[in-house]
Amino acid sequence: MAGERTTRELFLGEGASGSQNLHVNMGPAHPAMHGIIRIFAELDGETVVKTDVEIGYLHRAFEKDCEKGPYNHAIPYTDRLNYVSPLINNFGYTSAVEKLLGIEITERCQYIRVIMSEISRICDHLTCVGASAMELGAFTVFLYMIKAREFLWELVEEVTGARLTISYGRVGGVKADLPAGFDIRVKRAFAETRQVLEEVHRLITGNRIFMDRMVGVGALSREDTIAWGITGPLLRAAGVPFDLRKTQPYWAYDRIPFEVALGKNGDNFDRFLVRMFEMEQAMRIAEQGLEGLPGGAIQVDWEGRAVDPDAYVDRGKQGKTDGLLLLPIRLSPNLEGQDRRAHARVDVADKRVSLPPKETAYGSIEGLMNHFMLVMDGYGIKPPPGEAYFPVEGANGELGFYVVSDGTERPYRVHCRPPCLPPVAALPRMVEGQMVADVIPTFGSVNMIGGELDR
Amino acid sequence: MDGEVILARLSERLGAGVLDTPTYRGDHTAIVSRAVLAEALGFCRDDPALRFDMLIDVTAVDYVRFPGREDGPRFDVVYHLYSVEHNHRLRLKVAVEQDDAWVPTASALWPIANWLEREVWDMFGIRFEGHPDLRRLLLYEEFVGHPLRKDYPINRRQPLIGPKV
Repeated sequence: MAGERTTRELFLGEGASGSQNLHVNMGPAHPAMHGIIRIFAELDGETVVKTDVEIGYLHRAFEKDCEKGPYNHAIPYTDRLNYVSPLINNFGYTSAVEKLLGIEITERCQYIRVIMSEISRICDHLTCVGASAMELGAFTVFLYMIKAREFLWELVEEVTGARLTISYGRVGGVKADLPAGFDIRVKRAFAETRQVLEEVHRLITGNRIFMDRMVGVGALSREDTIAWGITGPLLRAAGVPFDLRKTQPYWAYDRIPFEVALGKNGDNFDRFLVRMFEMEQAMRIAEQGLEGLPGGAIQVDWEGRAVDPDAYVDRGKQGKTDGLLLLPIRLSPNLEGQDRRAHARVDVADKRVSLPPKETAYGSIEGLMNHFMLVMDGYGIKPPPGEAYFPVEGANGELGFYVVSDGTERPYRVHCRPPCLPPVAALPRMVEGQMVADVIPTFGSVNMIGGELDR
Repeated sequence: MDGEVILARLSERLGAGVLDTPTYRGDHTAIVSRAVLAEALGFCRDDPALRFDMLIDVTAVDYVRFPGREDGPRFDVVYHLYSVEHNHRLRLKVAVEQDDAWVPTASALWPIANWLEREVWDMFGIRFEGHPDLRRLLLYEEFVGHPLRKDYPINRRQPLIGPKV
């Protein structure tokens, strides 16, 4: 019939003849795209010939916003970078500012940061592995892993008061101490998580369908991975033992024994195994951290000093008002922690860095004044002019914050080095020459997180 | 390798091209002139004692409102390098003027420089000479201006664009 077009003509244009490559858009909104990203692929049959990756759909001016407020105001923005493991972003940013200030956080705070970072890392890996398994048809795995993540998010909620937008880090410390009985609940949640990991191993590690889709797919050689600046699980899957927690230890990582997961082939299956192994190690680190958690202060002052709480109680007895801040404070019933003793964190005389705990800020005039002196316009934390770069091992690799100070209370420049940008940039390299269906597991193994990729 | 040794080796090789080697808070920095930047980056990557095989990051800072540097060169392009083999780090900085905002590209040395430099072009409007594909990375082509420059107001709005017809 005249005017009727065949499917072939529909795709290739009127009067198309001979062989021609097909252009396919995957994304920006696509069920298998974990965020909003567009992969523009040129296909020859089912083989990917060429791809162009377009990002930026979730750009929301993170770095520009950070310049507009005081140092602590950037913390909620960092929550939204990697929204699956926001605690690591918080601590990475605050550590960069602390480095700029030249202060050392307290031992207890270091352990708390390690424990909370590892819990976040497990959440991140669970999401990544679960989602990519689901895309390969293993929906059960996704449900199991999300169930396990729920147990861990309950822990996070208990400590920070929120599940995702936690804003728990503070320059010079953390918002609040760990709640009582936290270690017991961690044990319980980890027991559940271990069981899930065991089930997942039995379900998909060695599963024929899963192996066929993962082994040898999306591989990058050791040299390529390094040249593309890829860090984290993807680099370790290629057999490079680069893990910032080992190679350039920060916080308390040098005091906690653990093993670095190493792969061999750098393909999707090795990445999966590395992530599975890392989750077990992360639980090991968190458990050891809780065992070795030292007591005492969790925040430090401008000069990095932390004072023993007992000394403050003694001073309070002598009538010095600073010591009174440690007395139990009754707050309005609407505020959480009304019966909790002002937590065992101590500010020394020079309160120029650390925000007082909420109990103190709402419960005493000194705390309230201290709070205002840190948040009012024109006041606040003022690092000396200079610059610092602080990398931490995020769930996806090296998460670095580069902070420049001009000596005022606002950061002159904050730059985030997102760990998932290099693998996304290398995605064409990973998928070109492979089947179009292989794009999905490869993209899943990259674990692209829109929040930190586009900032 | 110790940071001071790295800086000494770099100064020895590049001579007057290395303008300053400050160390602040344990971060070792080499400030080089633009004329030797390409050589400096190549040397950092290929010298067996340095072997910076990983380009961690490329970014820039707009110093136009920085106290004491209002009249100096406007931008600094900042490279963060890491060596997997030797486990050491280095920061390389190069200053560029506003009217003459370009630096040579590093994309022939490290493929990741391609995207990182596109981001700097996008955000700061610094050109990378020799870059194979210098498009905006995070923003769209129709966007006017470079938002991380200090004179770009944070509340400026730009029209939303639709698909190309």
